[in-house]
Amino acid sequence: MQRFLHQFCIALAFLIPSSVYAAWELNMPRGVTETSNTVYDLHMLILWICVGIGVVVFGVMFWSILYHRKSQGAKAAQFHESTTIEVIWTVIPFIILIGMAVPSTTVLIDMYDSSESDIDIQVTGYQWKWQYKYLNEEIDFFSTLTTPKEEIANKQAKNPNYLLEVDNELVVPINKKIRFLFTANDVIHAWWVPELAVKKDAIPGFINESWTRINEVGTYRGQCAELCGKDHGFMPIVVKAVTQENYDIWVAEQKATALATAAAATQDWTMEDLVAKGETVYQKNCAGCHMVDGSGLPPAFPALNGNEVVLGDIEKHIDIMVNGVPGTAMAAYGKQLSAVDLAAVITYKRNTWDNKTGEVISPADVTAFMSK
Amino acid sequence: MNLSTPKGLIILVVLMFGFGFALVPLYDVFCEITGLNGKTAGQYEGELTTKSNEKAREITMQFIVNKNDNLPWEFAPNQNQMTLALGEQKQTTYRVTNTYNTAAIAQAVPSVSPSAAAEYLHKIECFCFEQQPLDAGEHKDMPLVFFVDPELPESISKITLSYTLFDITNSTAPASDPHKVKKVGN
Amino acid sequence: MSEQTLTIDDHNHHDHGPAKGLLRWVFTTNHKDIGTLYLIFSLTMFFIGGMMAFVIRAELFQPGMQLVDPGFFNQMTTMHGLIMVFGAVMPGFVGLANWQIPLMVGAPDMALPRMNNWSFWILPFAFTMLLSTLFMGGGAPGFGWTFYAPLSTTYAPPSVTFFIFAIHMMGISSIMGAMNIIVTLFNMRAPGMGLMQMPMFAWSWLITAFLLVAVMPVLAAVVTMMLMDIHFATSFFSAAGGGDPVLFQHIFWFFGHPEVYIMILPAFGVVSEILPTFSRKKLFGYHSMVYALIAIALLSFVVWAHHMFTVGMPIGGQLFFMYATMLIAVPTGVKVFNWVATMFKGSLTFETPMLFAIAFVVLFTVGGFSGIMLAIAPVDFQYQDTYFVVAHFHYVLVPGAIFGIVAGVYYWLPKWCGKMYDESLGKMHFWLSFIGLNLTFFPMHFVGLAGMPRRVPDYALQFADFNMMASMGAFLFGTSQLIFVYLVIKAIRSGKEAAKVPWESAEGLEWTLPTPLPYHTFTTPPVIEQK
Repeated sequence: MQRFLHQFCIALAFLIPSSVYAAWELNMPRGVTETSNTVYDLHMLILWICVGIGVVVFGVMFWSILYHRKSQGAKAAQFHESTTIEVIWTVIPFIILIGMAVPSTTVLIDMYDSSESDIDIQVTGYQWKWQYKYLNEEIDFFSTLTTPKEEIANKQAKNPNYLLEVDNELVVPINKKIRFLFTANDVIHAWWVPELAVKKDAIPGFINESWTRINEVGTYRGQCAELCGKDHGFMPIVVKAVTQENYDIWVAEQKATALATAAAATQDWTMEDLVAKGETVYQKNCAGCHMVDGSGLPPAFPALNGNEVVLGDIEKHIDIMVNGVPGTAMAAYGKQLSAVDLAAVITYKRNTWDNKTGEVISPADVTAFMSK
Repeated sequence: MNLSTPKGLIILVVLMFGFGFALVPLYDVFCEITGLNGKTAGQYEGELTTKSNEKAREITMQFIVNKNDNLPWEFAPNQNQMTLALGEQKQTTYRVTNTYNTAAIAQAVPSVSPSAAAEYLHKIECFCFEQQPLDAGEHKDMPLVFFVDPELPESISKITLSYTLFDITNSTAPASDPHKVKKVGN
Repeated sequence: MSEQTLTIDDHNHHDHGPAKGLLRWVFTTNHKDIGTLYLIFSLTMFFIGGMMAFVIRAELFQPGMQLVDPGFFNQMTTMHGLIMVFGAVMPGFVGLANWQIPLMVGAPDMALPRMNNWSFWILPFAFTMLLSTLFMGGGAPGFGWTFYAPLSTTYAPPSVTFFIFAIHMMGISSIMGAMNIIVTLFNMRAPGMGLMQMPMFAWSWLITAFLLVAVMPVLAAVVTMMLMDIHFATSFFSAAGGGDPVLFQHIFWFFGHPEVYIMILPAFGVVSEILPTFSRKKLFGYHSMVYALIAIALLSFVVWAHHMFTVGMPIGGQLFFMYATMLIAVPTGVKVFNWVATMFKGSLTFETPMLFAIAFVVLFTVGGFSGIMLAIAPVDFQYQDTYFVVAHFHYVLVPGAIFGIVAGVYYWLPKWCGKMYDESLGKMHFWLSFIGLNLTFFPMHFVGLAGMPRRVPDYALQFADFNMMASMGAFLFGTSQLIFVYLVIKAIRSGKEAAKVPWESAEGLEWTLPTPLPYHTFTTPPVIEQK
């Protein structure tokens, strides 16, 4: 008995690592909104109707394959047309389709409900992250993938939320109507969270809208659903639905953080602190194109290690970071990063790898440049 | 052999190629008439219309901007939100600042949500009708004068108007093509 | 009486056979030679596109980035799609058309033989240009075979211009080929063969050719607009100048939806030829089958925006396109039922062409079911741009279009070259392909429903197991195609001699000709019995 248990445990031990990954998910989630549930039910209805039709049609065919074989002595019948039966098998599918169209129409009409919302959030797709702006609250932040590059490069074991984790989650209260206004900064993206059954294209220069009302507290993960370039697969969405009380607390925290960030820009920072902070900023925002070691992917993404601008003209370096390089993939980070983050990443680049300028660029330097 | 078939087919090919291009203005016309895709019509030429004898319904107008790396200027509405009655003329402004150290020209492009509301938003004066040249460091408060048609469907109680600012300094397109930069535009 | 007549100069010759040497293939105007050229080209492109699929599935074998970087992965998915659609499927069916259409209607050749030659020879140049973009600075196009703006305009690599030129060339080739087919079918049928006596394969190509002539110019228009936006400062697809990225999608899909019917209708035709032969029973409902083809073609023009349910259309638009798309299921269903009725109470045998044809009916229908599901707009919000869509179109394209081409080759090859292929190898090719493709594409339904987006080089852990299965299926499917190549070459070189009618109850003019086919056939039109 002991030996059996011993072997059983060893066997289990081999199973568990793969079962961490192996979900063998077969179906769409029911989701946590009324809409997502009606969508799921409609999906299952159509699926079962199709399965039913398939069973009948393939059944007839497989019957023929079994019982109408020449090798079994079957002799071919002579019929080859019948208007009656053609009419029947045109009308019956048509009726089935109407049966499908009616509930589909109802669900779609519900989705187009544009009645008053409790919270409005402007969602902007960027290459390759999302920006969320709470229109009634003056809360505005970016949400970027935080899965470590080492996990993606298979140098480290992958965590359970691999590719579906971000730094700043979209926090919303449950049981409130949330209206989303979608747009994009550059190319077409699409915002999709399966458990909310919300998917909408984010189109540069236009706004699209959708809405949701989440019934359950929880964390819901989605991904960009329109090819938008290199890192289309690396810009996930994480929605954290909390109680109204926790939401209010979070809002207050966000405002406090915003004040603190602004204040931090006026403080003095040491080289070590800036470089340390700069490294995290770089990993999150820059390493995707310019590589962790600064070698880049020339000609599209220049190397930063040994780079002329990084080692030279400070004003030009800050300009490129703040205003981007129009006509290339280099975005204008002045709109995306705080003065502290900008100063930190500039200082980091100028003092890491083989770059040893010894220069410190302070948040005040960046603020001064931006206000010129 | 009868050559009328190939001739007919070549004509069809040429017509379909033209149809592809014709879809461009057709799409615009369709969008203007129906407000599809949130495109608003041009300058409103008519008169203020109000439903007589009834107290007009009140709705909320929201004003936002779309970020666009193409032109990372300071650009924001001076008023985020307002309540107004249908048919009532209102005014608001957007502030824009040229943060470059060179002069540039911007074009604001509007978009409305829900898109069904777009055909009911009538702009009497809008900074989006004209190109906006700005010197380095200059800032402007740009006006928008508008009203919402009383025929707006009952189901819509909040309209969001958004502008995206585009850099058109370097567009050297001739004015004749309606799809290049226009003076009086959407 | 028509205004112009063309006399076919007979040279007073006996059948002189083909010219000698390689230049024969460059200058040939013979429909059989050109058919062969198209088929060899299609097979080559199928393997090139297949190698790109290998790269894709190898990267997706496990989570994490192992083999390629994300930018190159996007180039692989883009080029895989372009090559398969424009290089493998379309030329494959044109190859079958070239071989079979003149034979099936009793014509000596296609109506415009020199244009026929040019239609083919444009293709190697177009695809050399397209494939060369892989080696250009900035890489090949990486914006998907559907090349939405502004990713394909403002944000495109420099190679996009060559991509546009390649598309123009392919388009011209298709348009000329389609014109040739229409003119041939309208003007060169043997006397006594009315339109409603034409074989189904000819009908399917007649309708396909009209679709091509109607929508390839629209594709040409949209890529020209792209070219203008990129190089001539226009703003068709850019909001900055008053344009709209969604306009691109409307114009593209106005071409794109009929395009997918262009890729399947000829397969319907092939299956309608094969099933009756191996059921020893006439095709059920010939007239309905013709009307169904016409209905499908007409409806295909008014459903394009079902590819765009998430762009933010007003509800009226969504409902219209949902209803119209669902409606296409009716004529398509009629065709499936008619095929099943053809088999029912027949006397069935299961040679390789029949195996492929039966698999077509079953698996294409499976793809049709996922198509109905996709048509339901509110649920499409959960399916769109996920692997559920990838599963759908691979089911209709692989056991659909590709099996249609392969079935046609197995069916007609003995007539073309006078040799039988090895039946056991054929069956092996079939079964390995069948198992491989189902292992590859069926799991994609699941990962799509579970939330995996498409066009991604890496994925979250809950999608790992089915992706590994799909990759293994892909390797099996891909390598099994080598059997087909070996089998065809072996048949041509050393196959057993084929009978004049190798399939017991095959009907049609092509089977009345000697085996192997002479270089020139029906120089005198045959007499058609009125039925």
